[in-house]
Amino acid sequence: MRRLILMLLCVAFATPAWAHKSSDAYLTIERDGMNISGRWDIALRDLDLALGLDANGDGQVTWGEVRARQDAIAALAAARLALSSGGEKCAMRYNGLQIDTHTDGAYAVLALAGSCKHASPTVAIEYSLLFDVDPQHRGLLNYIEDGQSRSAVFSADRSRQVVGGDMGGPLTQFAAYVHEGVWHIWLGFDHILFLVSLLLPAVLVRRDGRWKGAASFQDAFWDVARIVTAFTLAHSITLTVAALGIVSLPSRWVESAIALSVVLAALNNIFPVVARGRWIAAFAFGLLHGFGFAGALADLGLPAGSLALSLAGFNVGVELGQLVIVAAFLPVAFSLRSTWAYRRVVLTGGSAVIVAIAGIWLVERAFDVPLFVALAAG
Amino acid sequence: MRRAWAWMAVAIVTALAIDGVAVAAPYTPADDSAVLERLPEAVDPALAELKRMRVALRINPNDLNHATRLARRCIEAARETGDPRFLGQAQAALAPWWAAADPPAVALLLRATVKQSQHDFSGALADLDHLLAVRAGDGQALLTRATILTVLGRYADAQRDCAKLLRLASGLVTTTCVAGASSLNGDAAGAYRGLVQALARANDSTGTRTWALTLAAEIAARRGDAAAADIHFRDALALDPRDAYLVAAYADFLLNEARARDVASLLADSAKNDALLLRLTLAERSLPDKRSEFADHRRDLTDRFAAARRRGDTVHLREEARFRLDVENDIPAALALAKANWNVQREPADLRILAAAARASGDSDARRIVTEWLASTRLEDVTVVASTQRRAP
Repeated sequence: MRRLILMLLCVAFATPAWAHKSSDAYLTIERDGMNISGRWDIALRDLDLALGLDANGDGQVTWGEVRARQDAIAALAAARLALSSGGEKCAMRYNGLQIDTHTDGAYAVLALAGSCKHASPTVAIEYSLLFDVDPQHRGLLNYIEDGQSRSAVFSADRSRQVVGGDMGGPLTQFAAYVHEGVWHIWLGFDHILFLVSLLLPAVLVRRDGRWKGAASFQDAFWDVARIVTAFTLAHSITLTVAALGIVSLPSRWVESAIALSVVLAALNNIFPVVARGRWIAAFAFGLLHGFGFAGALADLGLPAGSLALSLAGFNVGVELGQLVIVAAFLPVAFSLRSTWAYRRVVLTGGSAVIVAIAGIWLVERAFDVPLFVALAAG
Repeated sequence: MRRAWAWMAVAIVTALAIDGVAVAAPYTPADDSAVLERLPEAVDPALAELKRMRVALRINPNDLNHATRLARRCIEAARETGDPRFLGQAQAALAPWWAAADPPAVALLLRATVKQSQHDFSGALADLDHLLAVRAGDGQALLTRATILTVLGRYADAQRDCAKLLRLASGLVTTTCVAGASSLNGDAAGAYRGLVQALARANDSTGTRTWALTLAAEIAARRGDAAAADIHFRDALALDPRDAYLVAAYADFLLNEARARDVASLLADSAKNDALLLRLTLAERSLPDKRSEFADHRRDLTDRFAAARRRGDTVHLREEARFRLDVENDIPAALALAKANWNVQREPADLRILAAAARASGDSDARRIVTEWLASTRLEDVTVVASTQRRAP
């Protein structure tokens, strides 16, 4: 009966007596290109809950006790906050420890600094401070970029947030996603190798089972244009449907199929099966590559408020990046097309190397084993 | 739907209010011996036990016995200190069963209690329904469910649960449970009479007597019997002067009686509890010699509401509505908050602030809600009735 009474009271007297208040931490993150800076205010009471600050057990936390646990506090912070940009983790450092006072008591103030490998339009922030010891904890984020600030709240149910993509004017956003698209195709070696595999024979013609240099630049140009257009059209379609969530495919399957597409395209140069209709292959496999681009875009995050604009920007960026590659490739390949070296070393040898590289990717991606991490940036 | 309303109100208030969360300058303490924070166990050494229990639980988090003991102690600590951090810690102790579809009864009951205190009434009711479907004779679950149903204004359902307590709990517990609902549903006189008689007969614990006396005082106050209410409140306070709900209820009564001076002395040391700080600030507003305290407390409340809003809390809608109306005189914000709050909970205090906001704003929608509620429940509450009759000043 006693227990009944006790429990009864805590229900009956359901006053919103948030005397002190629920646990909050205040996280300010400012981004300037690849550089991150900021501060993180965590209540000493909460740190005591997570780490035990009160060494002498007298119910009081002194500056000496806080300082003694400085390394543990920094380690906790490092384990509970992760930033990534363009799908890659940013390196974070926590240096400096100070004290500040909020409405419910004293807080440790950590200075944070970091650097990301990319200056993507968005930053994904994963926050898991204290959720294990107090699921009602909230991380109150103030994100600052280009002089604008944005707030977000982390909770146990929403521990990952993507910020930044919808900041700045429409033109800035568009430009940021164009930039991402360009870099994605340049750094995504699988897309480049696929395109190169299809383009290598474009300056040649196959006659009587042998390669010969194309007669005119015009012929070569139109062959390239057909291939590039088909590839672009195809991957634009799938990039859009995947980014809008209309179709979704497992990324391992997509990445493996992309590697296979590179193998097949390069093999076709050594043992030609398809000679004239390579643009059809470009279209068919381009559909696959679009899903790959969508995966990269998902890592980046699309701001809900300007989805179409960002998606278009990314796509335009991919096309621009691709055109630069074509523009660099075509004149050189055309001038060398009639040489023995081009046909033997560049076409056959190069394709063989591509088959080998893409074959390794295929094994890695299909069986999820890292053989060749360095080049598999795509 | 209700939640959507609450969020809407929060959005409106956010738009209307100035963001009061200032970032102060961090500093480096000069001396290692500088005391930066006093932990709860410095105030109440018994709370150090929570720390030891938590360490022990970490070794085997799935120990149901240990976990529920810690969760219960945390819930009690939340009530005693008014500190919501303890509720989060109770939830953490229940982590292995928090999302489980069919947890053991003891965990289910504690889970419902934590959810209820976070104003997740539907979640709490779902858990209690589940629990009572398995164990129909669980007195605590019945009592908890009756309390929530009363808060939601579902008096008939509440009374059904209270009636089942007859064979499971003492006469005073059952009577108080029934009176809690029936006093709001057209039988204030009968409920009051029953309570007074049961109190005279009963030999219950201090906790139950405090609960029953507080309810008797509230009913008397609602019926306009200030003298009786004052006596019951003071009897209850003699039993437990630290009960935050009781102190807040008494402060509201005194404010209503224009006894601001008494409120100021009652709450002189209560500035840490925000619900009590609101009452203190309301009293200081009408006391010319408390001008500077009023200014300070007004700013404190602004900061605390802003802090709650930042984390997305909707637990304090009623208090914030009252703050906007009676301290800030921000009628549109108060009305939006009072309406949003009414969609979450329907205690007399919720109707009172809605009626006051309706009167101040002349909002016909709010006025209609109040009149219809009074008519359908036959609630007797002199303050609400006065609000509906008087015209806005």
